[in-house]
Amino acid sequence: MYGWEFPPFISGGLGIACHDITKALIEFGVEVNFVLPNFPSNLENKSHVNIINSSKIKVTRTDLLERKNSIKEFLNFYGIDTLLSPYITEHEYLEKLEAIKDFSYFEESTNSYQLNINSNYGPNLLEEVSRYAFIAGFIAQKVEHDLIHVHDWMTVLAGIEARKFSKKPLIYHVHALETDRSDKTALNTNVFNIEKYGLEQADKIIAVSYYTKNKIIENYGINPDKIHVVHNSVSKEKVTTLNNKIVTKKDGEKLVLFLGRVTYQKGPDYFLEAAAKVLQLDKNVQFVIAGHGDMINKLIERTAELKIGNKVRFTGFLNRAEVEALFQAADIYVMPSVSEPFGISGLEAALFDVPVILSKQSGISEVLHNSLMVDFWDTNELANQISSLLKNPALEKQILLGAAKELQESQWANSARKIIELYETIIKGTLKYA
Amino acid sequence: MPSICFYFQVHQPKRLRKYTIFDINNSHHYEDETANSQIMQKVANKCYLPMNQILLDLIHKHQGHFKIAFSISGVAIEQMKLYSPETLESFKRLVKTGCVELLGETYYHSLSAVFSETEFRRQIRKHKELMLHEFNYETKIFRNTELIYNDNIARIAEDEGFQAIITEGTEKILGWKSPNFVYKPVSAKNAKLLLKNYSLSDDIAFRFSNQAWNEFPLNTEKYSSWIYSLDGNAETINLFMDYETFGEHQWQETGIFEFMKVLPERILQHPSFSFNTPSEVIQRYEAKDFIASPNLISWADTERDLSAWMGNHIQDDSLEKIYSLEKRVYNTQNNNIIETWESLLTSDHFYYMCTKYFSDGDVHKYFNPYNTPYEAYINYQNVFTDFENRLIALEKANSKKAKFIAKKPSSLNTKKVLELEKV
Repeated sequence: MYGWEFPPFISGGLGIACHDITKALIEFGVEVNFVLPNFPSNLENKSHVNIINSSKIKVTRTDLLERKNSIKEFLNFYGIDTLLSPYITEHEYLEKLEAIKDFSYFEESTNSYQLNINSNYGPNLLEEVSRYAFIAGFIAQKVEHDLIHVHDWMTVLAGIEARKFSKKPLIYHVHALETDRSDKTALNTNVFNIEKYGLEQADKIIAVSYYTKNKIIENYGINPDKIHVVHNSVSKEKVTTLNNKIVTKKDGEKLVLFLGRVTYQKGPDYFLEAAAKVLQLDKNVQFVIAGHGDMINKLIERTAELKIGNKVRFTGFLNRAEVEALFQAADIYVMPSVSEPFGISGLEAALFDVPVILSKQSGISEVLHNSLMVDFWDTNELANQISSLLKNPALEKQILLGAAKELQESQWANSARKIIELYETIIKGTLKYA
Repeated sequence: MPSICFYFQVHQPKRLRKYTIFDINNSHHYEDETANSQIMQKVANKCYLPMNQILLDLIHKHQGHFKIAFSISGVAIEQMKLYSPETLESFKRLVKTGCVELLGETYYHSLSAVFSETEFRRQIRKHKELMLHEFNYETKIFRNTELIYNDNIARIAEDEGFQAIITEGTEKILGWKSPNFVYKPVSAKNAKLLLKNYSLSDDIAFRFSNQAWNEFPLNTEKYSSWIYSLDGNAETINLFMDYETFGEHQWQETGIFEFMKVLPERILQHPSFSFNTPSEVIQRYEAKDFIASPNLISWADTERDLSAWMGNHIQDDSLEKIYSLEKRVYNTQNNNIIETWESLLTSDHFYYMCTKYFSDGDVHKYFNPYNTPYEAYINYQNVFTDFENRLIALEKANSKKAKFIAKKPSSLNTKKVLELEKV
């Protein structure tokens, strides 16, 4: 299995999902080797999976030279200047590799290199992704496996490279797509092209929702027959932190929460517009925007413009304990995403007995029916729903009652069972792969 | 000589328009006339008009030997008048044949029997007047909303002058007894009880086009053989169903119209069987036994109870709030307020809030204008809030007016009083 992040080093939901999925798979007896770009060796033993650190893989000079042509093939479709750029000569390539001490380590005694791969989502992400993919070929030869299962675009090239050497089938697990992250005019074409190539190349695709499956079909032109839907779930273990006062509520005051990256995809701007509309009718409500992202400044300005600065709070990025404290204080959780492949945090809110308002443009709305649903752009309706929930305790009671039942039914074990079924059909089946 | 007793239910609710929190105190317009008119016209074209014609032809063809009964809610009649007058005319033509009985029910197709005896009686009387006015017909048999029934409802219906009550022939009240006889409610002095044969009714209403059913396809030969098999062991076979079964629940393509065109002829081939209206049935047969029903029953779902309309938090909250206004509403003596309040009692509003099968995704989706029961609740509550605010405003105006008149009863103030009345 190839993943880009894993707890405790996570920047979003992907790492947590990978953690929970592998944990459930292992409970069913699946052996998981989890390949990461980098991972501290002192923490490797503490995980339930067998972690393979790509940055610790040793490759010889001859290996590197031999593989250069191999890596060219899949790098050709996006032209970037990376260490592995297909446009430099072999000599230049080795020179460059040795010159950049930060990125690699040469061991005299074994005459071998180690590539130091950084998993931050920095400006060099595409370079890191290709170096990670390059190493995957070596790992595929060294580590025995029956299947290759990759998570999102950062790792799909690695999966394709690994398949070249092990000839094992490739499953591409889609947690998010570039078409979710950005609107059509601002797409990162490099990322989009990697996704499209990966989706075409993969033997099977797992989508986290029907919503995502449809996006894969519509935006990437992929055959629906090879896409299987496996919904995410939520881990029911809480950190539980009492007395963690991240917010204070006045007497009778209600708290409406937005939590997530403050970016275009998550729709915090719609949350703010709806907040202003609710506040016209009911002053005793506090709106909290928790998380960081590139839209923060724009939102703060808009808050001032709407003259609701005293009713809207920005918390910045929160750690797990703080998130839980906030869920405990919240009266409503709103997820107004423009496009949300799944949205585990909606299930988390429900876990804390917080009624949820979901964007209809989300995968979680297929799982959490006991919620209110709204088109992300319809801020009137969002305000209507928020106000109604705050005014009518009977509505909150009924939603929570239904959501609790749905939470019981939503288990990672069920997701794992579906993944294993897919594994078995692939291994037993007549599936042809490269 | 067993009777075949057909009764068809005709009802269309007045659906509410999308009414948000921003409409409260700004607009007192609650109804979705567009949807209501479209649905009435659609159902008229697919069901009411073609089926009425088929029944009229059958009545003529069988020269008084084919008879049926209808119960038509007041809100359905109101909407026929507005959106499909030809439908109302065709029902009138049917009633004029003398082979069609009309039943009494609550004007607003409400659950008032459960929540307010005074309102229940008012709606029964209002419906009775409507039937007299529109059809020149005096109803003698009562059927309550969704066949909701218990001993107390039977008592009230008899007290309102009805000779019999119709309800579901569920084992809950019948035990081992057969629904194919006339009974008497324990709470009644003389009134009788007619019970739906749900098995034979649902064969037509629900299973007719179900290909997974082992009796599929159902033809008149097979169906009449089931009816015949009851000869000697039944006095009345009560086939009660929604009228929208014909052409709407069971589409024309299923052959439901052809089935009904042939069925009377087929059944009448057997010399023992005849078609009778509920009134005729209770004249022909004595009550076999008493039936007790201390608990509420209905004809809905497999539970045959009221769980489609009440029991969850949002339904109970809505019902409690709306019925709590009754006295205040009537105190205003304002017809607009009274009628608006009564139309908010229509059972469908609460049916849309049903969460019973919601998580399975198998909502009572048919004819439901809302995506989720929560949306239905929010909309209803917003309308309710506006209505309550109007009521409060009217009460204040009225009490001002009363004080004003009490203080200065001189003729000089008449103009001022009249102005206030306009509010």
